[in-house]
Amino acid sequence: MLSNPPILLLKDIRKSYGTEEVLKGVSFELSKGETKVLIGPSGTGKSTLLRCINQLTPPDEGEVWLNGTELTDKKVDINKARQQMGMVFQHFNLFAHLDALNNVKLGLTKVKQMSEKKARSKAMEELERVGLANQASSYPAQLSGGQQQRVGIARALAMDPKLMLFDEPTSALDPELIGEVLEVMIDLAEAGMTMLVVTHEMGFARSVCDEIVFLENGKIVEQGSPRQFFENPEHKRTREFLDKISELYGGSKR
Amino acid sequence: MSFFDLAWSIFPSLLKATIVTLELTGISISIGLLLGILLALGRLYGNKPIYALATAYVEFIRGTPLLVQLFVFYFGLPSIGINISPFFSALAAFSLNSGAYQAEYFRGAIQSIKGGQMLAARSIGMSRFKGIVFIVIPQALRLVIPSWSNELIYLVKYSSLAYMVQVPELMARGKIIASRNFRTFEVFLVVAFIYLVIVLILSKILDLVEEKVKIPGLGT
Amino acid sequence: MEDLILIWNSLPALLKGMLVTLELTLAFLGLGFLVGIVFAFGQVYGNKFTQTVIAIYEKVFRAIPALVLLFLFYFGSASLGIKLSAFISACLAMGLRSSAYQSQIFRGAIQSVGKEQMMASRSLGMSQFKSIVYVILPQILRLSIPSWTNEFAIVLKDTSLVYALGITEMLRQGRYIIARTYGNSLLIYITVAVIYFILVFTGSKFFSFLEKKFKIPGYETKEEKEGVRAV
Ligand SMILES: Nc1ncnc2c1ncn2[C@@H]1O[C@H](COP(=O)(O)OP(=O)(O)O)[C@@H](O)[C@H]1O
Ligand SMILES: [Mg+2]
Repeated sequence: MLSNPPILLLKDIRKSYGTEEVLKGVSFELSKGETKVLIGPSGTGKSTLLRCINQLTPPDEGEVWLNGTELTDKKVDINKARQQMGMVFQHFNLFAHLDALNNVKLGLTKVKQMSEKKARSKAMEELERVGLANQASSYPAQLSGGQQQRVGIARALAMDPKLMLFDEPTSALDPELIGEVLEVMIDLAEAGMTMLVVTHEMGFARSVCDEIVFLENGKIVEQGSPRQFFENPEHKRTREFLDKISELYGGSKR
Repeated sequence: MSFFDLAWSIFPSLLKATIVTLELTGISISIGLLLGILLALGRLYGNKPIYALATAYVEFIRGTPLLVQLFVFYFGLPSIGINISPFFSALAAFSLNSGAYQAEYFRGAIQSIKGGQMLAARSIGMSRFKGIVFIVIPQALRLVIPSWSNELIYLVKYSSLAYMVQVPELMARGKIIASRNFRTFEVFLVVAFIYLVIVLILSKILDLVEEKVKIPGLGT
Repeated sequence: MEDLILIWNSLPALLKGMLVTLELTLAFLGLGFLVGIVFAFGQVYGNKFTQTVIAIYEKVFRAIPALVLLFLFYFGSASLGIKLSAFISACLAMGLRSSAYQSQIFRGAIQSVGKEQMMASRSLGMSQFKSIVYVILPQILRLSIPSWTNEFAIVLKDTSLVYALGITEMLRQGRYIIARTYGNSLLIYITVAVIYFILVFTGSKFFSFLEKKFKIPGYETKEEKEGVRAV
């Protein structure tokens, strides 16, 4: 891990909404090929932090560096930078008026200016990768939550990102649909994708990720390897939170 | 004369005409309310001929311009020997028109009341008629308030059409004043302002009414 | 029999008037659409100042009767020394009025499409403009069809008000026929009404055809799903 230079670097990110400071100086880095899991109670700023990374929500203070470019610099072409960071949303956010294929294709033709034909075959490839080639012409409302989320992942992957951001990708899904999405994510991690995943799927964290970051009240409380985290957490709060999670989400079977 | 002096000098005369506007609106919406409830019930509970008649009436009135309806009453009826005054032709046209729209609001409101309400009414031994009168209509009346408010405001504005058949309401008064002092723009600015104030006051009042009669926990 | 002949003879003139009525409808709706959609986006994405100005614009144009607006733009502007043709004045009065209603229709649709769609498309690297064109607009146009059908019917019927400016649309053609032939005015006005009805009816059918055609599969509106029934 040490030999890899950081792809993503966060320096002292701060963000307030009105008088409420949601992020109180968060710093960490992500190396190439690394999978980091971000956990923490709801309302603690996890989604805000992800959006600060791709500047959907520009942070008030601090720096975000992607591959040696400072994204928090106002002069940077943010639309270009965002193509290198795929984002997967809790509620999928598929384009409601487009079928699965066109959801994946839109960014290719309208952002990457790919030809119709190339975009089509690339989009099909991505759908294949998430196991949904047979649903290419289904519209979001005709797909199950798990299928929608897989299309969401394919849409992000189609842009050939250097980094994938997942914001609770399975928490809006019925339990029996979670597995199919996690499977896609595990494949992705094993194929060497750099990923930052907000999730409470502790099975995924335990078996796939390289490091866990525990965020609470806009601050990092603890970060470390899954082994250290689950077996010997440094902070009392971390242990309490992990206990609560395993209570809520039913152990670590997955 | 400055605009404000002008506005001040024509204001009393315009206000007098505003009373005619409000009378016209008030009476029409009331007759329209009765007609609307009857038509809605006819469309929902009536037998085949009543249903067909009510539906045809509502659709035809809503599919034709109010001004044409007004002309039918004022210019049309005399050709078959029926002469009615400007005020009454306007009243007739507005009431019959509003009835058709209100029928649709009521129909929507009644339809949105769950079937279980009628079942419950029947289960405690109410007749279908009693169920309609005591359970369905009281709920529908509350539900209908937002669209009914819109209708009232529409009618205030459309009452200006009565000017076209020589009813001395606000619009007509404005026209007469403008034809004397030739300051048409300013006169109608004042007229517009009066309508604006009426509409704003009415919507405020209706919001309050809606708040007041809201059934706790039941969204409208 | 005599009546039928009168109706038959007046049809050419009424149909001529009908064309003017349709032109006016198109012009009012078109202007209303352009201004309305820009204002709707301004209301949702604009800054506080833009939002306030548009909100006031909407309130004012919706509160003033159409006839008063027509008078302000035609006779009123003339009294200020601005010469506008009856047609142009009518377009301004009725088009801007419609824009206030259409803006509200589109705003509702934009809000119901939600921020998430915008966020998803921005996350792919699309600019705000591209996101609006390829993601937001196609959805709000679909969602707006039912309310827009209603607005179409209102604007079509309200073209009759430009009678007051002396424009020879269908109602005025009817009036001329009565004056020329001393014909049964009731009959002529009812004929005019029937033509309006046919126009409104056909137009609405056309829009519900569009609505079906552009319907997003699986994306039913709630009423359709629940199958509302009378008690
Ligand atoms: N757009 C926003 N405007 C105002 N407050 C917000 C906004 N987004 C998030 N917040 C607030 O920021 C806090 C953190 O939210 P979020 O990042 O969504 O938390 P998490 O994803 O950890 O549940 C919450 O208190 C939330 O209410
Ligand atoms: Mg969140």
